[in-house]
Amino acid sequence: MPEKNIRYQLGNHAIAQALYDSEVDLVSGYPGTPSSEIIEALARLKPDCHVEWSVNEKVALEVAIGASWSGGRSAATMKHVGLNVASDPFMTLAYAGVMGGLVIISADDPGCHSSQNEQDNRRYAQFARIPCLDPATPQEACDMVSYAFDLSEKFEMPVILRPTTRVCHGKSDIRMPGTKKPGKKIGFEKRPQQWVMLPPHARVRHNVLIEKQDIIAEALGSSKWNQLDIVKGAELGIIASGVASVYAREAIERLGIKASFLKISTYPMPLNLIEQLLDSVGQLPDPVGQVLVIEELEPVVEEAVKSISGTRNVDVHGKDMVPINGELNVSIVEAAISKVAGLDFAPHVPVESPVELPNRPPVMCPGCPHRATYYAMKKAFGKSAVFPGDIGCYTLGVQMGTMDTCLCMGASITTASGIYHAGETKPICCSIGDSTFLHTGIPGLLNAVYNGADITVTILDNRTTAMTGHQPNPGTGLNVLGDATFMASLEDISKSCGVEFVEATDPFDVKETIEVFNQAREHKSTAVVISRQECIITARRRGIRLTPFAVDPDECQGCKACIRFGCPASSFIESTEEGQKGKAVIGGLCVGCGVCAQVCPFNAIKEVSK
Amino acid sequence: MTEFDLVIVGVGGQGAILASDIVGMAAVNEGLHVQASETHGMAQRGGSVINHVRLDCRYGSLIPAGRADAILGLEPAEALRAIDFLSPDGVVVVNTNSIFPITVLSGASVYPVIDAVLDDLDGRCKHLVSLDADRIAIEAGHPLTANVVLIGALSNFLPLNVGSLEESISNLVPPRTVEVNLKAFRLGMESVGMD
Repeated sequence: MPEKNIRYQLGNHAIAQALYDSEVDLVSGYPGTPSSEIIEALARLKPDCHVEWSVNEKVALEVAIGASWSGGRSAATMKHVGLNVASDPFMTLAYAGVMGGLVIISADDPGCHSSQNEQDNRRYAQFARIPCLDPATPQEACDMVSYAFDLSEKFEMPVILRPTTRVCHGKSDIRMPGTKKPGKKIGFEKRPQQWVMLPPHARVRHNVLIEKQDIIAEALGSSKWNQLDIVKGAELGIIASGVASVYAREAIERLGIKASFLKISTYPMPLNLIEQLLDSVGQLPDPVGQVLVIEELEPVVEEAVKSISGTRNVDVHGKDMVPINGELNVSIVEAAISKVAGLDFAPHVPVESPVELPNRPPVMCPGCPHRATYYAMKKAFGKSAVFPGDIGCYTLGVQMGTMDTCLCMGASITTASGIYHAGETKPICCSIGDSTFLHTGIPGLLNAVYNGADITVTILDNRTTAMTGHQPNPGTGLNVLGDATFMASLEDISKSCGVEFVEATDPFDVKETIEVFNQAREHKSTAVVISRQECIITARRRGIRLTPFAVDPDECQGCKACIRFGCPASSFIESTEEGQKGKAVIGGLCVGCGVCAQVCPFNAIKEVSK
Repeated sequence: MTEFDLVIVGVGGQGAILASDIVGMAAVNEGLHVQASETHGMAQRGGSVINHVRLDCRYGSLIPAGRADAILGLEPAEALRAIDFLSPDGVVVVNTNSIFPITVLSGASVYPVIDAVLDDLDGRCKHLVSLDADRIAIEAGHPLTANVVLIGALSNFLPLNVGSLEESISNLVPPRTVEVNLKAFRLGMESVGMD
């Protein structure tokens, strides 16, 4: 039996528990894979502290900063690209510093499992000169939380905790460190030289930031997160960072090679340990010592190692052996080590299968209101219209031809405006989800009206932040704890941005929705269509059950209009008889939205009679 | 030997995470270190999902290609898609009941003949166990217990006690479905060896 304080749990859940145990006073964030479960799990723990889903990451970080400047411990959670949104406060926060400990949890996504890019936020840490902890395992991420708060308070600096997807969504037996009480007092202290970043203050604080670097590096350099194992006489040294360090350890064991090993999980990096490793492998005049740096994405460690290797008798390898993009794994690392060590390595060769497998892309669910909205949008605007898009489940509209762009949160309305102002004469209809609209869509809408963009903005209001796991947002009238709060009206917001044409429609009513889109297209100036229907997943969780539909085989003409609609509940059975058309069928996945019945030109799809 | 690397694959919504949790939690309750990895996010919308569960593991959660001890396929095409993870000495436990992806439903692609999938799987593993888990799940009392049926079949190969797997099922499924899930587990376990 395991010890009592060991639990098999998700990395993100352990981080949440560690925040709770660190007596945090405020945690804010915006949902984003792979970070979302941290705040969800913390909310379930019913902590005494304030927890919130903020409207975006910039807001979340600034709320956390306010708490810190009042002496409270705070954390802001976000996915890696969320830090781009929060980068404005982030960069200057480095100058201002903190009072209560402030931890920014940036969940990075090497391999773009669920993201539009795979940027390496260790670069942000370097750029801002903010210390960063890069955990190798879920256990380490959990342990780093209380350390990060202590470090933050000791040096009056924010600290980044940078778990990656494999840490956030890794599950492991995790030992919880238990509660500790920092004994802080809450109260905003007026410190204008520090909190008011006027140029004369900023110049002074920039200097303070630079001067802190050495003592922070010293503290991190001797921390337990970095580990050096010198193997006497080894001519090969391996340096691996964060999650890559566990792949490297496994590869070294499997290959059975003799190598000194340095694991790095802090930034600033432990330069003294790097020097020791370089010294140990670069002692002999012959052969030349070999050092391989293994890190996911950017050559952050490699650059540092090369800059201090100096005149030592070593060759430093890194991105010449290890890919600079994508996620690493043991096989990739084994191949790189073998190459540097001059070993024969037989990589695993996939055996070609005689069976051809169909692709299985993610799809909108049966009964997803987005599919219905896009159907009507395409009917009204035509296939050749321009459909700029945004980030959410509805990005899957790319399969329906109604998602021509997807760049970052909130970029649909703004790129649509630019396309219009560039002189594009085709109709332009962009789509943005309810949560994304509230995140960064509003300034774009205001800008569109202000600058006269004749575009249609479709707000896909499914009453939730669906893609990341159905978090509430200000449009839902619920907060993170599920308690009732102010419900923002998308209509009122749109109107106060100056939009004259604001129409709401139910996408399950196909005729009405096409008509609303037609009116919006004809309207000369920015038009807003709010296509409102609850996400089918949350609706079913609430117990909503609609009568399913079925195809009447006598009426079905085999035209495949319903198949082209693309609902996974519908399929087509070809006729076995020569010259005969097949028939559509609706399977057990049907949830009864009834849209395909409206799509069918022969009225062959009907509600199943009870 | 308690080291065991398991790949669980299926289609988003089939309960791959529950299946991983049952094994992972049982192993931890037996005092083993476990490192597991899950698919969250966009792929969960009906796409291919893959979970890695490594028992008695001190390293990372990703199983190297060609080294998994077993593949549990909640769906046959997905089992074949992941077959490169399996060691030649490995076991495949696979559901014979297929789920057509949208590419097949729309007529853009063809779903392979199940027997061809099973034959290919059979040629690439030491032992293949195929069963109609959906049918057995209905027999157990609920169609949604197919994942637990498959865990039952897999239990014959895991270095874990049946008791700890049953305990972890009881802890993880909704309280009023414990009995039907335990029955599904038993039926799955007993289905191996009958063929």
